[in-house]
Amino acid sequence: MELRSKSPSGPLEKKWDKHRFEMKLVNPANKRKYTVIVVGSGLAGGAAAATLSELGYNVKCFCFQDSPRRAHSIAAQGGINAAKNYQNDGDSIYRLFYDTIKGGDFRARESNVYRLAQISVNIIDQCVAQGVPFAREYGGLLANRSFGGAQVSRTFYARGQTGQQLLLGAYQALEKEIAKGGVTMYPRTEMLDLVVVGGRARGIVVRDMVSGTIETHLADDVVLGTGGYGNVFYLSTNAKGSNATAIWRAYKRGAAFANPCFTQIHPTCIPVSGEHQSKLTLMSESLRNDGRVWVPKRREDCGKRPQDIPEGDRDYYLERKYPSFGNLSPRDIASRAAKEVCDEGRGVGPGGRGVYLDFGDAIKRVGKDRIAERYGNLFEMYERITDENPYEVPMRIYPAVHYTMGGLWVDYNLMSTIPGLHVIGEANFSDHGANRLGASALMQGLADGYFIIPATIGDYLGSNKLEPVSPDSAEVKATEQAVRERTTKLLAAQGSRTVASFHRELGKTMWEYCGMARDAAGLRKALEIIPKLREEFWNDVRVPGTGAELNQSLEHAGRVADFFELAELMCLDALQREESCGGHFRMEHQTPDGEALRHDDQFAYAAAWEFAGDGKPPILNKEPLVFENVALSQRSYK
Amino acid sequence: MNLTLHVWRQPGPTANGGLERYEARDISPDMSFLEMLDVVNEGLVESGQMPIAFDHDCREGICGSCGMMIDGVAHGPMQGTATCQLHMRSFADGASIYIEPWRSRAFPVIKDLVVNRGALDRIIAAGGFISAPTGSAQDANTLPVPKQSAEDAMDAAACIGCGACVAACPNGSASLFTAAKISHLGFLPQGQPERSRRASRMVAQMDTEGFGHCTLYGECQDACPKDISIDMIARMNRDYLVASLTTRDEKSAAGTG
Repeated sequence: MELRSKSPSGPLEKKWDKHRFEMKLVNPANKRKYTVIVVGSGLAGGAAAATLSELGYNVKCFCFQDSPRRAHSIAAQGGINAAKNYQNDGDSIYRLFYDTIKGGDFRARESNVYRLAQISVNIIDQCVAQGVPFAREYGGLLANRSFGGAQVSRTFYARGQTGQQLLLGAYQALEKEIAKGGVTMYPRTEMLDLVVVGGRARGIVVRDMVSGTIETHLADDVVLGTGGYGNVFYLSTNAKGSNATAIWRAYKRGAAFANPCFTQIHPTCIPVSGEHQSKLTLMSESLRNDGRVWVPKRREDCGKRPQDIPEGDRDYYLERKYPSFGNLSPRDIASRAAKEVCDEGRGVGPGGRGVYLDFGDAIKRVGKDRIAERYGNLFEMYERITDENPYEVPMRIYPAVHYTMGGLWVDYNLMSTIPGLHVIGEANFSDHGANRLGASALMQGLADGYFIIPATIGDYLGSNKLEPVSPDSAEVKATEQAVRERTTKLLAAQGSRTVASFHRELGKTMWEYCGMARDAAGLRKALEIIPKLREEFWNDVRVPGTGAELNQSLEHAGRVADFFELAELMCLDALQREESCGGHFRMEHQTPDGEALRHDDQFAYAAAWEFAGDGKPPILNKEPLVFENVALSQRSYK
Repeated sequence: MNLTLHVWRQPGPTANGGLERYEARDISPDMSFLEMLDVVNEGLVESGQMPIAFDHDCREGICGSCGMMIDGVAHGPMQGTATCQLHMRSFADGASIYIEPWRSRAFPVIKDLVVNRGALDRIIAAGGFISAPTGSAQDANTLPVPKQSAEDAMDAAACIGCGACVAACPNGSASLFTAAKISHLGFLPQGQPERSRRASRMVAQMDTEGFGHCTLYGECQDACPKDISIDMIARMNRDYLVASLTTRDEKSAAGTG
């Protein structure tokens, strides 16, 4: 498989402009002759569907939720980065680019990241024009806050509901286009396979989740904006429905899957309370602006009430280890530090898997009202879940799976290795390297959806002559048949275990061996456990009901079946990457003081895995990452 | 905790439904309401029965997927809380709990506790947006927005579109939902050019969808998981009135609800 990044030549800051000029255009009258399928209606998918329709394309948009407004982008709390430099604190497009490359531990493509930083400023303009109620200062101008991994204030926010407000902006634009007739929306419809004809993506096979009908939709281009795969771990901050089926099916049809082992563990989540736990809840990273993270210095103190532990007996370990970034260290670093102190036996709360996030000093400094204004809704959410009042006792937090930097490999045009299959947002691998900075997921989703894909799709359609595809063609029929067979097989097992019990077991295995810290022995063990468990799943899963009705167990079973396969690829990828970088921490590769140790001479590449057939080992292809503008360095936040 | 559940079961949109009784055993007070249902559902699957279908996704109170009548109250006994954020510590050990789907003519039942809320999307499509095609925006700080306007807009924009207001309303009105969007956009300078058109179209769509009229019971704001105020409805009525007096071609024949 050939991986051509198609990064334009020339100076970094001119690449996107140059490329935009060189790309083919589709004239307005011809756009309406093309049909584009967009799967997913989150920030990336929703923005893409709305914008492509504004341009004149016929768009079909699919989501598994009952409304496009419910995509999981809605749950993003803290904010969105943009290099506006409204605070006059030294920010610039180059600085945002550099912070993102460095934050990603030098495992992202320079040209893509620079473009992201360039476009960030247009996103804020666009969202404000749509009526996104960003926080403002008394003068009426936009307010900013700081986020981890940056020393400037460049994060725009709408209370603790930034993702919700940005998504509603995209959703409202999408509804506007639906009303106009440019977009046909298919809610409660799940993509179960990709139709590839003559080597090009030409459609998808979906299941109507209400009637159970399986049908094919054909198009000239397919865009996947289906989010990440954090639910491989069962417990994560993802929504319960978030799944990898769309990208996994595309992988099995020929799209390379890049860096699957790059997963982000978010440091500030509410700890697990018991076996019944169905998901984990994030507490926005913005809390680390004012909260101080600590654990007791001595193990004996862990059982005490936090207010009974005097100042001198507390270890503010982030401030101690990383004095210049302190509590605002990047996510991977803060998560690992929390794991370390808990492994030392200094964790707090049930099971000793928790650290304090303390607002006592901030409340003393600026008053309870200011803190309530900044984080009121988060504090309420915390109290609702834990029954503890964070204004009085410190929050307890622990890292949890949150985001996946890996995803389908894409070139500069966001096209996968299957021509005509574009991948946007969290579903692709492109911009965050081995670790994503806070408030950058919203930025990337919207950059891809509003600004990049509408330009690059025209280039693909304008430079390729696409023959019509018949719904009766052999490829279409075979793909539909494969979907039907899988569904039948899941229903036919009629075993003894529920889907959820398998999912939980898979999740525990992954968290144990492919979580915050990994080593070769553990990964090999996981690679023994997972295939066995998968086999047991196919033989012993119990999916009640039929395929011809709303059947939530069947939906879950199909997703878990794909998670099993993806989990194996994640472990393989983690095993081959004999270095530590960003969220991928290999115990064997650390500096003397326990920081991630990269091996740039061997691993400065994106690992793009190619499916070779069921039961065969996947093929590893490498896209070398060339750094022409930044010097690779050991990340330091000290 | 041990609980007795009475749950509305309905195999499909046209089938008859009824309340079924289930025992929920060894429930932890730290479980969320949906986690309690997960436990019951796992038991049902293990004993060869169909699990209770209900909509849910983020389980953080923000996506608006979940929602059910719990003892006759939309989202249950805790104010300002969506079902997924309701925890079992809000119930007494040994309690009987009645669980039903949203009740409204405009929200037909699909299965068990799952209803079709597509009408809410169509109300937004009728005018709940600002027409700002991608690429056409000016610099974000060119137009200052008074802090208070931004805060008011945010209060209204917090709506999660769950439909609890409709389910709680004796008239089955979607006025709080519709008014929240009209107010969100109406508070902002960017929303002014389409303000009247938006109000008249969205209200007309609400009527078309078969939602009832607002007679100011106020049940909606009590049920709202985001504490959206009924004041928004007053703003909607005002915008609607202005629209009917000032716009020529797009007057709706219907009332404001």
